[in-house]
Amino acid sequence: MRWISPVALVLLWQLASSTGVLPPEKLASPLTVAQSAGELIADGQLADAFVVSLGRVFFGFLIGGIIGVALGLVSGLSRWGETLLDPPVQMLRTLPHLGLIPLFILWFGIGEEPKLALVAAGVAFPLYLNLHAGIRQTDPGLVEAAKVLGYSRIERIVHVVLPSAVPQTLVGLRIALGTAWLSLIVGEQINADAGLGFLINNAREFLRTDVVVVGLVVYALLGLTTDALVRLLERRVLRWRTR
Amino acid sequence: MANPVSLRGLRKAFGARTVLDGIDLEIAPGEFVALLGRSGCGKSTLLRILAGLDREIDGEARVSGAVSIAFQQPRLLPWRKVWRNIALGLHKPDGRSIALKALQEVRLPDHADAWPLTLSGGEAQRVSLARALVREPDVLLLDEPFGALDALTRLAMHHLVEDLWARHRPAVLLVTHDVDEALLLADRILVLDEGRIVATHHVDLPRPRRRASVVEQRTRVLADLGVDVETAA
Repeated sequence: MRWISPVALVLLWQLASSTGVLPPEKLASPLTVAQSAGELIADGQLADAFVVSLGRVFFGFLIGGIIGVALGLVSGLSRWGETLLDPPVQMLRTLPHLGLIPLFILWFGIGEEPKLALVAAGVAFPLYLNLHAGIRQTDPGLVEAAKVLGYSRIERIVHVVLPSAVPQTLVGLRIALGTAWLSLIVGEQINADAGLGFLINNAREFLRTDVVVVGLVVYALLGLTTDALVRLLERRVLRWRTR
Repeated sequence: MANPVSLRGLRKAFGARTVLDGIDLEIAPGEFVALLGRSGCGKSTLLRILAGLDREIDGEARVSGAVSIAFQQPRLLPWRKVWRNIALGLHKPDGRSIALKALQEVRLPDHADAWPLTLSGGEAQRVSLARALVREPDVLLLDEPFGALDALTRLAMHHLVEDLWARHRPAVLLVTHDVDEALLLADRILVLDEGRIVATHHVDLPRPRRRASVVEQRTRVLADLGVDVETAA
């Protein structure tokens, strides 16, 4: 029964558009949006934009992921690492990373680099924080048992510490993916000449609200898809939690 | 053969608080010793020192040979299957077959590929015992391993432990606050109070022991723990 109100809302939207209450330059009708989506798919524009945006998120995520995981491991596994790394990272994370755009433009120009940097910054912090916290939450009782039972230091890390950090790290991964999409959307407002952001901004110039809505829907679908992928990964990796 | 456990004048203080106050203790190879005491008497500290988890001590603490341990909580790695929990850290190539054999011994032959979280409390504790035994310890430390189990499971575990001990003959130090458990299992009972061994009881009753056979000695051990059974009853 939960589908009733969403469907009613779309019908209401269509009704408002058809009767002229909602002018197309404010918001195109659902039918027009669907039609434009079909056209954009047919002429390959959407696919091109999609590939460009996906590539930005992928490489930004890769860079930020490597940085966040590397720092999280160093600061989680070594006291010295924590003493040196954690204070500056904790200070920097209080900055809203989207506010860094002006600096990123000055540092990296207006090409692909600031967009990747923005995604990477959005990804690195949640991954660092959750990996670090996950490692620190390791049950000391398990570590003690492993010590008495003759595990080497490497074995303690591989079999005790890191696995116990996995659930928290997966939480970080989901947050990081959410932030990655958000960073992409904001980053693509910077002088983009390709990608979903370009498609949307270009459409705005021509008052094509239908295309804007198509872009937004694609953003939403991408976010949902990656979230579902992480949940799939969670079920696979955490299958020992058979309760 | 040197005693696997040898403590001389062992002292341990946390700041101004003395937890162990001059412990002298020898445990012979294959001897089953129970350490009794109230909460906070220092028995867990003593066990941690013997396990090598606490090295900041005064006096002499010598533990020779392989040491293994089972805790009150099984402390299994929930993300490793049962057999890997037993085999990990052994550094032997045939870990799985060793683990399978040990699972036979603790009467859990079908649980090798189970996740630890699917086990009952008693089953998990048996895996923990198997994990301790595959290390072929000269010294087996048991830290209230039956404390969290229900009464029926505990009885079964007593038999199992006695059985395993008879077969493998490690020196055992069982920390407990259950007098009956100590009387049923141990060759020697030490009563620890405020960091000192205040009484030693040799239990010369034939095995397997029954509850009735230990009643008389029970009263004396309880008296050393400050429990007067006559007036309590």
